[in-house]
Amino acid sequence: MPVTLKELARNQKAFTGGHRACAGCMFPVAIRQVMANVTTPVVVVNATGCMEVTTVLYPYTAWRVPWIHAAFENSATVCSGIEAAYRSLKKQGRLPGGDKDIRFIAFGGDGASYDIGLQFVSGALERGHRMVYICYDNQAYENTGIQRSSATPKGAATTTSPVGKKKRVGKEQWRKDLTAIMADHGIPYAAQAAVSHWQDLSTKVRKALDADGPAFLNILAPCRLGWAIPPEESLGKVKEAVDSCFWPLYEVDKGEWRLTYRPRVKLPYGEWMKNQARFKHLFDGRHDEFLAELQAEVDARWEALLRRCGESVAQS
Amino acid sequence: MVVLAQAGRKVEVLTGNEAAALAMKQINPDVVAAYPITPATEIVQIFSAFEADGEVDTEFVPVESEHAAMSACIGAAAAGARAMTATSSQGLALMHEVLYIAAGLRLPIVMPEVNRALSAPLNIHCDHSDTMGSRDSGWIQLYAENAQEMYDNLFQAVRIAEHPDILLPVMVTMDGFIISHAQENVELVETEAVRRFIGEYRPRYPLLDTDHPVSIGALDLYDWYFEHRRGQAEAMYQAPRVIEEVGREYGRLTGRTYGLFEPFHLDEAERVIVVLGSTAGTAKYVVTELRARGEKVGLLKLRSFRPFPHAQLVQALAHVKAVAVLDRADSLAAFGGPLFSETRAACYDLEPRPLMVNYIYGLGGRDCDLDQLHKVYADLSAMLAKGKGEPVVQYLGLRE
Repeated sequence: MPVTLKELARNQKAFTGGHRACAGCMFPVAIRQVMANVTTPVVVVNATGCMEVTTVLYPYTAWRVPWIHAAFENSATVCSGIEAAYRSLKKQGRLPGGDKDIRFIAFGGDGASYDIGLQFVSGALERGHRMVYICYDNQAYENTGIQRSSATPKGAATTTSPVGKKKRVGKEQWRKDLTAIMADHGIPYAAQAAVSHWQDLSTKVRKALDADGPAFLNILAPCRLGWAIPPEESLGKVKEAVDSCFWPLYEVDKGEWRLTYRPRVKLPYGEWMKNQARFKHLFDGRHDEFLAELQAEVDARWEALLRRCGESVAQS
Repeated sequence: MVVLAQAGRKVEVLTGNEAAALAMKQINPDVVAAYPITPATEIVQIFSAFEADGEVDTEFVPVESEHAAMSACIGAAAAGARAMTATSSQGLALMHEVLYIAAGLRLPIVMPEVNRALSAPLNIHCDHSDTMGSRDSGWIQLYAENAQEMYDNLFQAVRIAEHPDILLPVMVTMDGFIISHAQENVELVETEAVRRFIGEYRPRYPLLDTDHPVSIGALDLYDWYFEHRRGQAEAMYQAPRVIEEVGREYGRLTGRTYGLFEPFHLDEAERVIVVLGSTAGTAKYVVTELRARGEKVGLLKLRSFRPFPHAQLVQALAHVKAVAVLDRADSLAAFGGPLFSETRAACYDLEPRPLMVNYIYGLGGRDCDLDQLHKVYADLSAMLAKGKGEPVVQYLGLRE
């Protein structure tokens, strides 16, 4: 049974208001959507980043569940240590507050997950800890002021992939496909989700929490400063990313690849890009060829995914 | 407290690594997370066999790096578990970032550390560059002279780390290969006695107590960071007292009492060597020889480098005329090695002030033999005769 909005609205205890994230920032939405689907005791681990610095600023915290932050790259590993402690104390009958089933969730941004922490996430997944690692992907190092990451889309201007007099396109490389990399660890469950599709996301969170072993979720959650969009457009921009097939929604459940959403009409990739100021240099009339290359890359990746999921490649 | 000697002593021939692994087995930590590195590999290798045989309750987490080893220990300790790892050299260097976090979050992790030189050039043998590089990380550092001390220090480290006035991680070091791989007689403590001595770990704010949620590791800016760092320093200021208390209690249990340092023929000594680790054993031999010839020489073997017991050290050295501090690590062009800098600073207020000189020795596993130590005591005689401690800093056992 798919979860209802009413049910989710009733389970909002874990994460409170009063945090200091920007208006229009989507990771608090991601946290709420994730935590609303947690029905057992839970421990949350957080990598250094916007989510950490805006939700737990001494002596305040926005978390009503046990929460820890250690460093930028290691939230997966800290989480694996907590999970190992849980198994150890549980088998010894020494869990604080008595025996119970606890779930473990580690959050990291794209910098923490795609780049500096890639090895740490990979190691934790390979070791088989029963935990959910969640990347909230806002496509750059937003906390330090919008530097490129390996999740930054090709063509985006960031403060370390700026548009210059000589270099005209911003970031020159395609993004890393982290969800596929993590799925290919052979873990019980991996999925890609987006805050614009809350029901799809909820189902994936529940499956991830139920998985008998490590699970990985990659959630697209824009930073409105980095994407350079008005706050009220953040959510719409996520939907466009999904509908353009740049950010497909899919899951890999015990090795089986499955598309969980197929847009009725595929939005041109440029439609998603064009109202984001980080791409505006591409719409000066002199980058049409480059834009066509980007569209071709999105199409090729989408079709490869369709084939992997056993879907028809033909456009409906 | 039962003195085991009365119940019959149990002595085994063990390497330093075997002694450390056995101590870990007797501690029975809830979580061990580790990564192999020469010369510390054996410790967790042996320990993982204990785990595989079901001889411990530990969950062993075979992580993919030393940074991850310490990260997992941080998670485990914050969760409410007794957590341990072991490392050496490059591994400790890779952990550097998270060493500070373990200490700052006040997590009582205990870590055997096998002293080894830092690259480059690559070298697997003993010196103290690795742990000297983490001397300001907020970890208590206890140095062992031999396998027996390594074994004994580990049990005491658990008590010191978890003491409510301390709550700081402790690294317990031994010299790579010289101690880690050499066999010695080690007198063992019964496991039951170990368990009684260390007690059960009772964390105050475990993450796994989900009915009482806490947030650990907040962003802490200029309005609080300074106060929290001061609190951490206070724990370190209290540590000498606790180290001595625990050392005395351990003495009542085993007959082997430990302090902040070990004086050897220090009373009435005019010329003294201050040193860490296995070289103290060699120095004891030299002191014994020279004493037999009527020379007023002595030794101060420092056990606790962090906290640095400056007040107690100064008191112990107050009557000495010349001090040679031996550093198995160089703090390039810092006017002496770290042990020298701190010992010399501590002795600044002594009246009269002893002559104080520094020898950098044994880097990369260069053997420190009897001749070298004889030379140091002879140099001190010559300096006293001249009334001048020169050169202040020199290298010992180096081809120049």
